[in-house]
Amino acid sequence: MDFYAAQFLTGLASAASLFLVASGLSLIFGVTRIVNFAHGAFYMAGAYLAYTLTERLSGPFGYWVGLVLAALLTAGIGALVEVLLLRRVYKAPELFQLLATFGVTLMAEDLVVLVWGPDDLIGGRAPGLEGGVLLFGQRIPAYDLFLIALGPAVLGALWLILHRTRFGVLVRAATEDREMVAALGVDQKWLFTGVFALGVFLAGLGGALQLPRDAVNHAMDLSVIVEAFVVVVIGGLGSVLGAFVAAVLVAELNAFGILILPGVSLVLAFLVMAAVLVVRPHGLFGREEPAPRAVGLPARLWRPLGRTAGTLALLAVAACALLPLVAGPYALAVAAEIALFALFALSLQFLMSVGGLVSFGHAAFFGLGAYGAAFAVQAGLPMPAALPAGALLAALGAVAAGWFAVRLSGVYLAMLTLAFAQILWSTAFQWVALTGGDNGILGLWPSGLAGTPAGFYLLTLALLAAGLVALRRLAFAPYGYALRAARDAPARAAAVGIDVGRIRWMAFVAAGAAAGLAGALFAFLKGSVFPDTLAIPLSIDALVMVLLGGVGTVSGALIGAVAYKSAAVWLMRETDLSKLVLGALIVVLVVAFPRGIAGTLADLFARRRRA
Amino acid sequence: MRHLRLAALLILGLAGHQAQAQEPILIGEINSYSTLPAFTEPYRKGWQLALGEVNAAGGRPIEVVSRDDGGKPAQALTAANELVAREGVALLMGTFFSNVGLAVADYAKRRNVFFLAAEPLTDAITLSQGNPETFRLRPSNSMQAAMLAEEAAKLPAKRWASIAPNYEYGQSAVAVFKQILVEKRPDVEWVAAQWPPQGKLDAGPVIQAIAAAKPEAILNVTFGADLAKLVREGETRGLFEGRSVVSFLTGEPEYLEPLGDEAPEGWIVTGYPWYAIDTPAHEAFLEAYEKAYGEHPKLGSVVGYTTMKAAAAILARAGSTDTGALIKAAEGIGVDSPFGPIVFRAVDHQSTLGAFVGRTAIKDGNGVMVDFAYRDGADYLPDEAEVKELRPAD
Amino acid sequence: MSRAGEGSAPPLLAVDGLAKAYGGVLAVDGVSFALRPGEVLALIGPNGAGKSTCFAMLGGQIAPDRGRVRLLGRDVTGLPPRRLAGAGVGRTFQVAAAFASMTVRENVQLALLGHEGHERTVWRPFRPLGAFAAVPAEALLERVGMAADAGRPVGELAYGDLKRLEFALALAASPRLLLMDEPTAGMAPAGRGDLMRLVAETARDDGVGVLFTEHDMDVVFAHADRVMVLDRGRLIAEGTPEAVRADPQVRAVYLGGEPP
Repeated sequence: MDFYAAQFLTGLASAASLFLVASGLSLIFGVTRIVNFAHGAFYMAGAYLAYTLTERLSGPFGYWVGLVLAALLTAGIGALVEVLLLRRVYKAPELFQLLATFGVTLMAEDLVVLVWGPDDLIGGRAPGLEGGVLLFGQRIPAYDLFLIALGPAVLGALWLILHRTRFGVLVRAATEDREMVAALGVDQKWLFTGVFALGVFLAGLGGALQLPRDAVNHAMDLSVIVEAFVVVVIGGLGSVLGAFVAAVLVAELNAFGILILPGVSLVLAFLVMAAVLVVRPHGLFGREEPAPRAVGLPARLWRPLGRTAGTLALLAVAACALLPLVAGPYALAVAAEIALFALFALSLQFLMSVGGLVSFGHAAFFGLGAYGAAFAVQAGLPMPAALPAGALLAALGAVAAGWFAVRLSGVYLAMLTLAFAQILWSTAFQWVALTGGDNGILGLWPSGLAGTPAGFYLLTLALLAAGLVALRRLAFAPYGYALRAARDAPARAAAVGIDVGRIRWMAFVAAGAAAGLAGALFAFLKGSVFPDTLAIPLSIDALVMVLLGGVGTVSGALIGAVAYKSAAVWLMRETDLSKLVLGALIVVLVVAFPRGIAGTLADLFARRRRA
Repeated sequence: MRHLRLAALLILGLAGHQAQAQEPILIGEINSYSTLPAFTEPYRKGWQLALGEVNAAGGRPIEVVSRDDGGKPAQALTAANELVAREGVALLMGTFFSNVGLAVADYAKRRNVFFLAAEPLTDAITLSQGNPETFRLRPSNSMQAAMLAEEAAKLPAKRWASIAPNYEYGQSAVAVFKQILVEKRPDVEWVAAQWPPQGKLDAGPVIQAIAAAKPEAILNVTFGADLAKLVREGETRGLFEGRSVVSFLTGEPEYLEPLGDEAPEGWIVTGYPWYAIDTPAHEAFLEAYEKAYGEHPKLGSVVGYTTMKAAAAILARAGSTDTGALIKAAEGIGVDSPFGPIVFRAVDHQSTLGAFVGRTAIKDGNGVMVDFAYRDGADYLPDEAEVKELRPAD
Repeated sequence: MSRAGEGSAPPLLAVDGLAKAYGGVLAVDGVSFALRPGEVLALIGPNGAGKSTCFAMLGGQIAPDRGRVRLLGRDVTGLPPRRLAGAGVGRTFQVAAAFASMTVRENVQLALLGHEGHERTVWRPFRPLGAFAAVPAEALLERVGMAADAGRPVGELAYGDLKRLEFALALAASPRLLLMDEPTAGMAPAGRGDLMRLVAETARDDGVGVLFTEHDMDVVFAHADRVMVLDRGRLIAEGTPEAVRADPQVRAVYLGGEPP
């Protein structure tokens, strides 16, 4: 019994830092609707700054001052990012700010190595709290007890700020109804900056408080950001209390879960999130999300390609098909990789742009396609049969994922798809007998004509063209209009007799099959499949390509994919600081093309024609 | 046949790369520079040092084209393809992660390119997924497990618990260690196992769960930031008091140094005590390295240095950049490493590079290895019958 | 449906004892009424009287706790909006909602897709929407006076036009019953009469029953055949506009006892 009590306390200590990070994320989302991907980077910055400051400032007092100062400095950096970068893109389509914060994150990962060096840094222990305290017959670190007390203290402080200050009243009002705050004549700009800085302060504090128990390293951001999102979603977006309850729930389930299933940590948080979302579509303490902002809607009408544009597109495909005449095998392999990623991005664009259904776990279908193709090869099937087998497995996965997902909306839906992808990823990772686990499945090289660089490139190009045509035709068929109707006005769509749930479900299946085909091609291009084809970075890549291309366009992801993928491949070749340069590039593109590259260009074109 | 190959080369437009007398030989090098700088920076310094020495010794110069793989197999394959198809390198070397190493090895087999894997530890790279083109320098996971299990068997402890990262490396390290330990000590029982996710160890609950099983000894396979968390939290909670700990890789400066004066004491570890190895080979390496970079080497430095030396020796012995000739030259080749002479075994393409096994201690506020001994990899290689059973026929 | 000898035809809509509670508070408490084909019936009441809840239950957005809703004798209680559409219910919303990323014509075409006989068209994936149902779409737009706007993007429409378009969408499936939640809210006063005359015409000519809520009492008394008054979840009065206007209880619930 004593042991369980001690385990419970330990779980509470783990919950504290998770809560700090998650509550900041939740506040920021609630007011500004920004999915702040850089929150983990701020957490990491807090830890690094705390390391430097505590080394400089002497004495026990200096240590604690250092921790708080680190959080304040981080908040300052956050405010700077908000003013210099995010302010420029608030009017952009929904989620576009995510792209900006993603760029910041990429830069941060390389910057901390440049500033603090590659080695893990271990800061001093917290003065006065170095030892352990005997409780329930177990020695509990005194610092854990401090953290256990800190969690509720921060929750209380936030409650006071939100309920007893003018700032807090505005924050709560903005969380509930953003138009109202604008109507009150409040300077919305500074409210946003203030909230962003407060949220980042909490992230920085969470990072700084890890100093006495963790090694500061340049991968800290990723280890916390996804879990923090999961906690925010379980608790309900915008709810600080929800973040607290969810952090405790996840940490305690983990503390006790590992007693029964020692490997469960890998996937536990995602299982909890999926279960909560199925029962409560808006998290434990969340309310129904207000309708998405109208600024996300395209200013232009979508039209099928006319005769001129169609001819141009055909010519472009023909020109691409001539590439093998001038390019060597390496260039052709890179071109094939770009082409298959373009297909992958287009499949997500169909979901996001036509369906308004954002997926944070689109790699699930890409990876299922890759594994499907690999299993088919292992079963003795040739490549022409393995490619559709991959697409089929992905489509089946989409049938399952879509069935759950279409009951939700907005960020909740996006996070449920993420949970689905993570559960698949951990299955592939752990089911060594079937998937080879982390070591993957090897030897999937295509034979015959498709085995030559030119042959494989042409095959990929042909399938990309076919996928593009199919998805566009789908978008302009009655089905595509019905899907868009469900996006524009779901209640209206249902009232004219459109089966919104089923229409959306089928969108998942179509997008899943296309992504699966891309994944199957990837397996043959690389001759191997690893669990990272299902992992979060690949889902983020797809998202980045769509947002970069322009979420308000039908096929802008094509341009987004070409730009992003070729930049990534080229930078990997040229520099070890590829993340820094790529991140900076994304930040510049975000400011220069606030509706995505294709979206902004199309807007300009439309405006000129009208003028 | 020769003419056919020449014709093929002409068609591919690579004929321009036909060797002339003093045109440098290109080596393609791939590693996780951006993902794991703490290990790969010293590694890069190591091979750069060796490259300078090799080229200074005369003969046809070697030039290295180096690429970052971002820690991902797919990106490593893009890089490998670029190096082979575009740069026309004679051979590939490098890689850190097991899955990256396996992916490049499979590519090497497919394209018939020689590949010298530097760091990846998985057994598969020379056994179940072994191929003629691939050789490996570092002692495999099983070899290191065997070295540690040998020491562990001498401990009185009967009740064991394990903490290992939840992926292939951690799983196979624990499995092999268990298997070898039980052969020597049938009386041992395993009372707890924890599998935290790599890089995300939630130390408190894991440590309490281990402590609750009341083991007499603990096997640790975590490293990096997870290790730091485990050591700190474990010390505070008294997990290691009165218990033996056997730990993979912890004696490597990459992982021991960041712990500073909080390094654990008395753990049985594999590692690299650069400060106390008094062989002439190592002293020469140490001096050259410190002179070149003004800092002491880490294990990555030794791996990088030796990989480059081995690659140069293989190229010299082959007298050609033809893959078949390189394979023939590499099989059974002897190379001088800072740890002493090593041999690349013909039967499984594994080198006999060993590791140091010793105990951790704290000296002048820093973690060090004491009471260590060099374990020659040759003594821990899988026997040939086993290799033939596991390795696919060439 | 009607049996010989029963006299009058069965009501188009029969609502019986409809009730809904939120956290123990009865928002709608046993509402019963009937609506004949061709009749324009207004549901009014002060804020918080339960009009929205009542409408949401009839429109299928909320399931009632108790009570029944019959449409032409068929029990449609608790059916989701999509099924109600199929059963002959057209609907407009308080905040006009149309498909903003499309043209006016495409909006109507889509609404026609939901029409009987076209259920499968939506699953024919690779044929463009193009000229689908072009003739009935034009006719519908003609009827609401928007034929000239057919090619315009909905995003550019003035709010009054959007309301008219929404009315056209509600008519697309040839409904037997129209549920209109504050049809003239947000419109300029001049446009309100036009729209309501169109509604009344449709009811008279096609025998469609119309149930609407409204804040603008001028609209209610000018266009409703019959008025029901809801207060604190209960119907407190029902009858011709004149009768309701004179009802002292109705006067009492509206501010200061003035006539509504």
